[in-house]
Amino acid sequence: MSAHRIITSIDKANRRSAPLPEFRPGDSIKVWAKIREGEKTRLQAFEGVCIRRVVKGSRSTFTVRKISYGVGVERIFPDNSPNIEKIDVVSRGRVRQAKLFYLRDLTGKAARIKERDNSHESAPVAESTAPAVEGDAKATGEKITGRGKRKRKKEAAASSAR
Amino acid sequence: MALRIGLVGKKVGMTQVYADDGERIPVTVVQAGPCYVVGIRTVDKDGYSALIIGFDEKPQRLANRAELGQYKDIGVKPMRVLREFRLDAADVAKYTVGQVLKPSEVFEAKLPVDVVGTSKGKGFQGVIKKHHMKGMKATHGTHEYFRHGGSIGCRLTPQRVHKGKRMAGQMGTETKTVQNLQLFQILDEENCLLIRGSIPGAANDYVIVTKAATRVEYKEKGKAKEEVRSKNPLKASKKAAAGR
Repeated sequence: MSAHRIITSIDKANRRSAPLPEFRPGDSIKVWAKIREGEKTRLQAFEGVCIRRVVKGSRSTFTVRKISYGVGVERIFPDNSPNIEKIDVVSRGRVRQAKLFYLRDLTGKAARIKERDNSHESAPVAESTAPAVEGDAKATGEKITGRGKRKRKKEAAASSAR
Repeated sequence: MALRIGLVGKKVGMTQVYADDGERIPVTVVQAGPCYVVGIRTVDKDGYSALIIGFDEKPQRLANRAELGQYKDIGVKPMRVLREFRLDAADVAKYTVGQVLKPSEVFEAKLPVDVVGTSKGKGFQGVIKKHHMKGMKATHGTHEYFRHGGSIGCRLTPQRVHKGKRMAGQMGTETKTVQNLQLFQILDEENCLLIRGSIPGAANDYVIVTKAATRVEYKEKGKAKEEVRSKNPLKASKKAAAGR
């Protein structure tokens, strides 16, 4: 048997039987992890934003970041770890990067992530909840389409001129 | 001399597996078979007792006639690698020529093994990489003398350079032994051994896996202390009392 096949067969044996739910960076997830305390095991939830997914076959991992008592905590989980009981997807987030390391420098309101529309068709506008800086970038960078686009284009041009 | 049996294998590569408690364990996969008993050395005939183990079949065209004749008598195909393992006469008597050795017959999972391999070649290297010397200062007037080893001795006495002075030279491609690695799992179907941690050499290099020379049991990091403590009944009872 070739080397590659041997490794693949070992990796296959170490994969989890039930696949994890589909989630992406930017999504808020709740990971139920098994914790061993002496003889007993119990479940502990780790809820936060997925900021990275490393896709490496059976060695894939993902990183979850949360703020715990004012301190940022990140935990890396292997996708196929038997210690992960289950994962709940709390909310879908709309982000532009695959790796959300910029969240480490942001706190409070700035560290929020907009909700992603599941239909993927119309990008949610929701300007009121977005931070001011991002709103400006939107006005200059994004293509304006849809109803009343002329009016909105004019406004955008005016705001960028200012 | 330690008399212990081993197998010849081929390093396949590294991956990771999960232990029963969910711990992620880095393992090196070694394909250690099919290994054949190609010959037996006995005290009467050869003055010592040993097993000759062959690994990795080679095509007939690569074997000369003398080899072919020998292998024909044994009844196995010509082998690329042959290694002798010194054993007690009583142990040698258990094996017959032409026998196939399964990894599980030779080893036991979770026990320590030693691995002998040829390390990756690094070529001609300087003293910083090869011997971890510090080199020289980058500033303060250093002139074209940054990665040097400094002085190599005195002038009047001893008027020569000491033997074994560490200098630049060939690095790597050495025979290296790593002791007391845990044999994490044995896969008999693939003739594979999963050895915890890394072993010398590149993928597809030949390695020799033997039972550990110095240890009977594998001590896991951080767990050894606990075992030592519990061995002393006085201390163990004290500890239990304190725990209550």
